[in-house]
Amino acid sequence: MQVVSHIALNVFKESVRDRVLYSLVAFAVLLIGGSYLIGQLTAGQDIKIIKDLGLAAIATFGLLIAVFIGIGLVWKEVERRSIYSLLSKPVRRHEFILGKYAGLALTLLVNVGMMTAAFYLVLVYLNTQTPENIRAVLPAPVADPGMLRAIALILVELLVVTAIALFFSTFSSPFLSVALTMGLWLIGHFNADLRNFEAVVESPVAAYLARGLYYVLPNFAAFNVKTQVVYGLPVPGSYLLTTAVYGAVYIGLLLTAAVVIFARRDFK
Amino acid sequence: MDAIRTEALTKHYRVGFWRSRPYVALEGLTLDVRRGEVFGFLGPNGAGKTTTLKLLMQLIYPTSGRAEILGRPVGDVEVKRRIGYLPENPYFYDYLTAEELLEYFASLFGFQAAERRRRVATLLDEVGIGAERRLQLRKFSKGMLQRVGIAQAILNEPDVVFFDEPMSGLDPLGRREIRQLILRLRDRGCTVFFSSHVLSDAETLCSRVAILAGGRLVASGHLSSLLAFQVQGWELVMTGVSAEALEQVTRAGQVARATPFGVGHYAFELPLTTPPDRVLSELTARGARLVSLMPVRETLEDYFVRQVAEAPRDRGLQVSGTHAGR
Repeated sequence: MQVVSHIALNVFKESVRDRVLYSLVAFAVLLIGGSYLIGQLTAGQDIKIIKDLGLAAIATFGLLIAVFIGIGLVWKEVERRSIYSLLSKPVRRHEFILGKYAGLALTLLVNVGMMTAAFYLVLVYLNTQTPENIRAVLPAPVADPGMLRAIALILVELLVVTAIALFFSTFSSPFLSVALTMGLWLIGHFNADLRNFEAVVESPVAAYLARGLYYVLPNFAAFNVKTQVVYGLPVPGSYLLTTAVYGAVYIGLLLTAAVVIFARRDFK
Repeated sequence: MDAIRTEALTKHYRVGFWRSRPYVALEGLTLDVRRGEVFGFLGPNGAGKTTTLKLLMQLIYPTSGRAEILGRPVGDVEVKRRIGYLPENPYFYDYLTAEELLEYFASLFGFQAAERRRRVATLLDEVGIGAERRLQLRKFSKGMLQRVGIAQAILNEPDVVFFDEPMSGLDPLGRREIRQLILRLRDRGCTVFFSSHVLSDAETLCSRVAILAGGRLVASGHLSSLLAFQVQGWELVMTGVSAEALEQVTRAGQVARATPFGVGHYAFELPLTTPPDRVLSELTARGARLVSLMPVRETLEDYFVRQVAEAPRDRGLQVSGTHAGR
C-alpha cells in the first residue's frame, strides 16, 4: 500500500510539473467570461445557463485530463523505458498499475475540487447581484449545494474513464487508446438506447446482442444528473450510492483486467 | 549459494508482421555467478546481453529455463530489495531533480525520510554529482544521467548489482571513477554483474567473464584460465647485448624479432616453440643482462574476436518443435 501511495504521489507531481493544473486557469476564464456575457440575457435565465455551463465545463476539462493523461500513464513509462528502473525496485506490477491509477485519480480530485470551488465563488457573487424577486422564482437557489451531487457523479464518471484509458494503455498505442476510450465514452452516453433497441428490431440475435452490449458497456448516462440539479429536481441519496457502487464495480473490473494484461507483458 | 544462477535460460521472439518467424534472442544460457565477484558479461551488439539482464529483472519472461538471484526466483520482491539495476541508456522522469528521483526510489524501499536524505546526499557525492543535483533531469547530459543511473542502482546497498553498459556515455575521467566505484562495491562484498563490449574495462575489473554471441554462450570462466592457455610466445628484454650475441640468437632462428631500444638494449620476441631459458642462457653467457621476461598472451580482445567469429550467426530456431515466442 505504501508503494502504491508513493507511485501515486509521483504521478500527481508529474501532472503538476507538466502544468496540467493550468487547465484550471482556462476553466476560470471560461466561467467568468461566460458569466459576464450571459449576464446580458434575460434575468433568471442566465443563472440556469451559467450552472449548465459550469457543470459542463467541469465534466469536459475533467474528461480531457482523464483521457489524455490516462492513456500516457503506462505507455510513456514503457516507451521511455523509465519502467525498467522502477520495476527493478521492490514494486510488484499490480502496485505499479494501482499507483498510476491512484495518482491520476488524485489529480482529478484536486482539479475537480478547485473547479468546483471557483464555480461556487462565481455563483455566490451572482447571488449578490440577483434581485430578491428574481431569486424567489428560481427553481433552485443560485449557489445551490445540491449541485455537489451532480459534481460527485461527474467525478465518479471521470474515474471510470480514467480506468478505461489506463486499461487500453496497458496494451495499445496512445492513438488507439484515445480512439477506443473516447469511442467507449460516446457509446456509454447512448447506452440506454441499446435497451430500447430490442423493442424495435425483429431479429432475436440482434436483440440479444443489443442487450449484451447494454450490460457490458459502461452506462455513462447514469452519471449525468446535471439537468435535474439545475432545475432543482431531487436526486435521491440512494441513486447516488447505487450509481457510485456501479462505477466502483466497473473500475474494479477494468483495473483487474489491466493488472492481468500488464502482469504478462514483456518490456522489449 | 550463488549470487546468480541460470539454467538453460531461453528467450525467443516472433519477428515480422505478416509472416512472423521465430528469432532466438537467447538460447540455453546456463551460468553461475559467485557472491562477491565482479562478473563481466561480454558480447558484441545484439548478442543477447540486455535480453539476459531483462530476464534477470523479470522485465521479460523466459520462453523456457529458469533463473535465480540469491537463491530465490527472479521477480521475488525480497530479491528486489537486495539488488540494484542500471539499464542500458537509462531514462528517468525528467520533471524530477536528481535528488527527488533518488528520494522517490528510496521511498519504494521503505526508507524513512531522514534515512532517504542521508543516502541520497552520500550517493550523489559518490557518483560525482554536485550542485546539479537540484536541477531537473531534463537538463542533464548523457554522462550525468548515467551517473544518476548508477546512484539509483546502489541506493539500497545491494548484495548484487547489475550494470548494463555502465561506461556508456562517460568521459575517460568518468569511466575511471566508475571503475573505482565497481571495485569499492566488490570490496564491500557486493556482487557486480556487468555487461559491456568495452573489453579493457572487463580485463581491468573482472575475475570471471562470459562471452555471448548470437544469443548463445560461447565461453565463460576465469580470465586467467581463459587467456593463460593462449600464451602465444615470450617477450625477453635484455641489456648489454653485443653484436656477436645478437647474431648468434637471430641466426639460429630462435628469435622471431629483435627490436632495439638503445645501444645494446633489445626486446626479443620468441615464438612459443623456443624455450626462453635457452635464449636467456645464451645471451647471458655473452655478457648480456636480463631486464624482463614476460609471456605474450592473447588479449581478451583477441580471444573475444576469435570466439565471436567462430559463433554461429543464424538466429532462427534450429531445434524442430521448440516452442517459440510468448
